[in-house]
Amino acid sequence: MSDIRLEGVSKRYGAVAAADEVDLAVAQGEFVTILGPSGSGKTTLLSLIAGLNRPTAGRIFIGGRDVTDAPAQQRNIGLVFQSYALFPHMTVLENVLFPLGVRGIGGAAARTQALDALKLVRLDGLQDRRPSQLSGGQQQRVALARSIVFKPDILLLDEPLGALDRKLREELQVELKQLQRSLGVTTLLVTHDQEEALSLSDRIMVLDKGRTQQVAAPAEAYLRPANRFVAEFLGIANFVGLADGRTGLVRPERVRVGPTGINGGRPARVVETIYLGQMVRYHLALQGGEDSPVVAALPFVGKAFAAGDEVAVSWDTADIWPVP
Amino acid sequence: MNRSTGFAFIAPLLVLMVVAFNLPIIYMLGLAFWDKGRGFTLEHYEGLLEAPVYLRVLGNTLRISLIATIANVAIGYPLAHWMRGLGRRARLIAIALVVLPFWVSILVRTYAWIVVLGNGGLVNRSLQWLGLTDAPVQFLYNELGVTIGMANVLLPFLVLPLFAAMIRIDDRLLQAAASLGAPPRTIFWKVYFPLTLPALAAGTLLVFILCLGFYVTPAVLGGGRVPMISNLLDTLINQIPRWEQASAISTILLIVALVIFAGYRRLDRKASA
Ligand SMILES: Nc1ncnc2c1ncn2[C@@H]1O[C@H](COP(=O)(O)OP(=O)(O)O)[C@@H](O)[C@H]1O
Ligand SMILES: [Mg+2]
Repeated sequence: MSDIRLEGVSKRYGAVAAADEVDLAVAQGEFVTILGPSGSGKTTLLSLIAGLNRPTAGRIFIGGRDVTDAPAQQRNIGLVFQSYALFPHMTVLENVLFPLGVRGIGGAAARTQALDALKLVRLDGLQDRRPSQLSGGQQQRVALARSIVFKPDILLLDEPLGALDRKLREELQVELKQLQRSLGVTTLLVTHDQEEALSLSDRIMVLDKGRTQQVAAPAEAYLRPANRFVAEFLGIANFVGLADGRTGLVRPERVRVGPTGINGGRPARVVETIYLGQMVRYHLALQGGEDSPVVAALPFVGKAFAAGDEVAVSWDTADIWPVP
Repeated sequence: MNRSTGFAFIAPLLVLMVVAFNLPIIYMLGLAFWDKGRGFTLEHYEGLLEAPVYLRVLGNTLRISLIATIANVAIGYPLAHWMRGLGRRARLIAIALVVLPFWVSILVRTYAWIVVLGNGGLVNRSLQWLGLTDAPVQFLYNELGVTIGMANVLLPFLVLPLFAAMIRIDDRLLQAAASLGAPPRTIFWKVYFPLTLPALAAGTLLVFILCLGFYVTPAVLGGGRVPMISNLLDTLINQIPRWEQASAISTILLIVALVIFAGYRRLDRKASA
C-alpha cells in the first residue's frame, strides 16, 4: 500500500495538452475518483501513473519514491483497462496466474493465490474458461482479479464498469467498494459517470481539458462546486442571480414545491413531471421572470403535481452556493 | 428455398467441377495403377522404389522446400513485426512493396534474380568492390540460388497473413502485460508470439506446400542442375514420356502434402482447444 503524488504533471500531444499541470495527492488506502467528460484526459493521467506513458513535465511519486522515469514493470500497480485487456489465448486461471508467474511465483502456491483472488471477485468455478466464453461483467471481474492477485501497491481502474448495463453496474459498484475497503489498497478510479463518482469515492477530482477543476469530497463538490463547469457536470444545476451580481447555485433537492398561497414562494407553472422511482422531478417555469427554468427533485410520496399545475417555488438562502 | 431446389441450382456447377477438374486428376493419379492389357498393378510404384533417383529428388525437394520455408519465416516474421510498428503512411508503402511482386510475373521476377545474383551481377560486383571476395561467388544454378529465389517469390504469402494477425493485436494487451510486471521478453513470448502463432503456422504451411510444387524458379535459377519434383515431372511427361511414373510421383507428392496438412490441423485443434 502506498500513497500517490502528482506534481505539475503535464502530457502534450502536439498542441493538445491531454494533462495540464495536474497536482494530486492520494493518501494511503484512499479511494479517489477522476471524473471528467470524454476526452478530458482521464486515461492519459492513469497511463502516466501506470508508466505506460511518460509525462512531458512534472514528477510522479508512489509511496514517496519518484517513479517518473521508472518503467511500468517496476511500479507494482494493478491496472484495469477500459477494455479489460484480458489475454484471449489464456484461460481465466492463466490470466490471473500471469502476474504471479512474472514474479517468479509458481506451482501450488500461485494456484492457491489465484483461486483466492477469483473467489474474492466471485468467479470460482469459471477458472478454466476462455475470456471469450464469459459475459462482460465476468470479464471485468477477471481483469480485477488479475490486477489484485499480486497485491499491488495501488490500484488503477479505467472506467471499469463503463461497458456494463445499469443494474450490473450498480451491483459491481457495491462489490468494488467493499473489495477496495477490505484490501485497503490505494485506488484511483476513472469515470465519466458522475453518480458512480459520487457514490464510490472518498474524494473526487474533476477534470476538464486536461486541467484540474476541483478536488474535494463528493458532497462538498456537489453542493459547493469550485466553478460552473463542476456545478453542471456533477448534476442538475439551478443558477440564480444574486444581489451582488454573482451567480448562485441551488441543487434540485433544495428546491421546495408546494401549492400556491401557502408559505409564500414564487409562483410557477409545472412544465413537466418526471417520475424517477423514489423521486419525482419537476421542470418549472417561474412566472413573470426572465429567470432560467428551475428543476426541483422531491421525494415521491404517492401524489405529485401534473404538467400545467400552478405551484409555489421556494428555497432557503442558506442553500444557495455562490459559484466562484 | 429448401434443400433440393438449392441443390438444383448448384448442380450444373458441381458437374462442371467434377468433369473439368476432378476427373482428370483422378484419371491422372489412376494411371499409375493401370497397365495396358494387364489391369491393376503396383509395378510403377515398385519402379520408384527401385530407382533411387526418384526418392533422391523427393528428398531433395523436401529439403530445399524446408530451407526456403525457414528462410521465409526468418525474414518474414521480423518484417511483418517491423511493419506493424510503422506509422500509417509508411505502413501503406511497406504493404505495397510486399505486394508489388504479386503483380509482376513470376518469370520476370525469377530472371531478375539472374541479373542480381549472376557472376557479373549486382551482388557479386558489390562483394568484390568491398574486397570481401576475389572471385565471383556462385549463386546461380545451384541450391542456393533456387532457395533464394523461392524464398523471395513466396514471401508475400507469409508476410501478409502474419501482418494481418499482428495488427489485430491490441496494444493494450501488451501494455497490460507490462503493467502486470512482465519484462519485454516475457511479453513477446507469452503474449505477442502466441497470438501470432495461428497465422504463422498457416502461412508457413502454405509456403511449404507451394515450395513442394514449385516449377519456374527451380527451372530457371537451378539451370537444370537442381532437380526438384516438378522439374522431374516435366521431364517424365514432356521428354521421355513416362506418364505412369509421373502419376506415381504425383500421388506421393499429394500424400506428403496431405500428411503435413493433417499434422497442422491436429496441432491447430490442440492449440485452440
Ligand atoms: N496517443 C495520443 N496521441 C494524440 N492525442 C492523444 C493520444 N492519446 C490521447 N490523446 C488526446 O488527449 C486527450 C485526452 O484523451 P484521453 O486521456 O483518452 O481522454 P479520456 O480518457 O478522458 O476520454 C484527447 O483529446 C485525445 O485526443
Ligand atoms: Mg478514457
